[in-house]
Amino acid sequence: MTGSIGDGPLGGGPERNDGPPRPRVPWPRGAAEDGPPLPPPVRATAASLDHRTLKSLLGAWALSACSAEETAAVESHLTDCATCAEEAVRLRDAVGLLRSEDSLDLDPLLRARVLENCLGRRPARIPVPEWAGPYDAETARLDALLRDLGPGDWAAPVVLAWHRGTRRVSVADVIGHLTAVDGLICAALGEDSALGAEAPRDPTERTIEHWRRSGGRTGGEVREEWREQGHTLLRTVSFAGRSAGGLDVSYGDFKLPLRDAFVDRAFECWIHAGDIADAVAYPYGPPAPRHLKAMLNLTARLLPIALAGRRRAGLAASPARWVEAGTPGRSVHLELEGEGGGDWFIPLDSPAAVGSRDESVAQVALEATEFCQLAAGHREPEELAVGQAGDRQAIRDVLAATASLSRM
Amino acid sequence: MATPAPPRWDRKMQQRLARGEEAALCELYDRFASLVHGLAYRVMGEEDAAGQITREVFGYIWENPDAYDPKEGNLRSWIATLTQRQAVHRLRRCEADRIRAGGERTSEQFERKVCEANTAARADFIKSSMPASIRDTLDQAYLHRRDYRQTAAELGLTEDEARRRLRLGLQMLSTAMQPGPSAGSGSASGSVSGQGSPR
Repeated sequence: MTGSIGDGPLGGGPERNDGPPRPRVPWPRGAAEDGPPLPPPVRATAASLDHRTLKSLLGAWALSACSAEETAAVESHLTDCATCAEEAVRLRDAVGLLRSEDSLDLDPLLRARVLENCLGRRPARIPVPEWAGPYDAETARLDALLRDLGPGDWAAPVVLAWHRGTRRVSVADVIGHLTAVDGLICAALGEDSALGAEAPRDPTERTIEHWRRSGGRTGGEVREEWREQGHTLLRTVSFAGRSAGGLDVSYGDFKLPLRDAFVDRAFECWIHAGDIADAVAYPYGPPAPRHLKAMLNLTARLLPIALAGRRRAGLAASPARWVEAGTPGRSVHLELEGEGGGDWFIPLDSPAAVGSRDESVAQVALEATEFCQLAAGHREPEELAVGQAGDRQAIRDVLAATASLSRM
Repeated sequence: MATPAPPRWDRKMQQRLARGEEAALCELYDRFASLVHGLAYRVMGEEDAAGQITREVFGYIWENPDAYDPKEGNLRSWIATLTQRQAVHRLRRCEADRIRAGGERTSEQFERKVCEANTAARADFIKSSMPASIRDTLDQAYLHRRDYRQTAAELGLTEDEARRRLRLGLQMLSTAMQPGPSAGSGSASGSVSGQGSPR
């Protein structure tokens, strides 16, 4: 059936003089037959190629998908064969039509604007809970990046870094890691995760289990599994409603309420998307300001707990003072700059104390996104450009506690 | 990726949209935004207008999920048609505004844009309806920039077969470039309220 369409009457390419620029194909010269063999070719490169073969190469030629020798042979043939020349022009034009949607990166802000417009016109009967918004946006952003990857990119080396270690993996492994840990939320919601109910809860063990099981899969399959699970999560949590936000999600040796776990997973998604983007040399920006803010709020709430843990482990530099639960205690004023940033007051002495501007013993200022990189274990406290004033030991403790929040 | 979703996905999506599931709207956007924006950008040639059309098309679908009839074709080609209509509608309005403001009539250029819009929507329809084996082969060569030998190796085909599919795929696509007035500039006067699939 090859050629049944191409040899039909729809050609007409050379007659049109509008439309996209013509490829540089020599103009047809008189009619040529399909059958008879060509005269001895002038170029040695075309020696072994007959009309039939050259004709079969036209599609590959139009897509610039043949060897240099074949390209030269085809182009030399086109000066002699009107049928092929006509088809060549038409196929080159058709290549232009393939470019329907891959030519532009979509602005991630457009997504928010489009969805907002829709929901303004018709409010959702089953909304996505607000605290799942960052997860929805970040997974969509990463998915758009993954869609642009070629098959070779999936094996590109990525360095996963956290404060206690690094690990060299592939792009596909990073997605497997996200799938494995996102699956903890599935478990909390009573949904099947990709790994099943028996899989370990500890994020590292769980990830390794996932890698063990998914060796040899293509990038497309890995992406599909991750994306499908993410969609299921958002859908399930929408039906469960806002009130489900208090459910516990177990991470093995700690747990987070569902509403925080979603923000945590959005944070991880952004951070690892950044790792992937670095590996394949793509630009990748920070989350939308309000989503970044949600991530910073969560980090700031986890900090007093991390500080207390480090103090118990003898890792804290500054001595604790007793403070009554629920009252203002000594605090570090964390000033995070840039969109989504703001001021946070981190109580130093107890997670039960209330952070307070009046009780601030030190102030530290840095870029909000740099602070996130610190919390992700991508920066050491010493390497950060920070403005600081007041109790240096307290600042060191807060920054070290921030770095200690990171995990694989 | 012009891969159409399975029909079951289309029907399920429609039901979820009708039910008012925000998560379904998000999925719909993620699946089709680059199609809508890409087609709109092709016609309008600028980002703002393409963004505006994207907003209008998704707004329309979200408000009128029942306007889609699965019997008439897949969701993807319905959305492509809506987009093309909306783009042409907007183009006509801009043109009318310009002439009213004393601008010169540039009907030739204008009609060419309309024709391109129709061609682009048709091409997407053809690509999403062609056999997956041919579409995948085209994607290997076009999106992933492989030559036909690498394409053949990647897909486990003979080199002959890879060449055949590339040529056949482009031949199919080239039928989208129907010259002449039958290209549908007359039928595309409505805004996003019509139905049907591009032919």
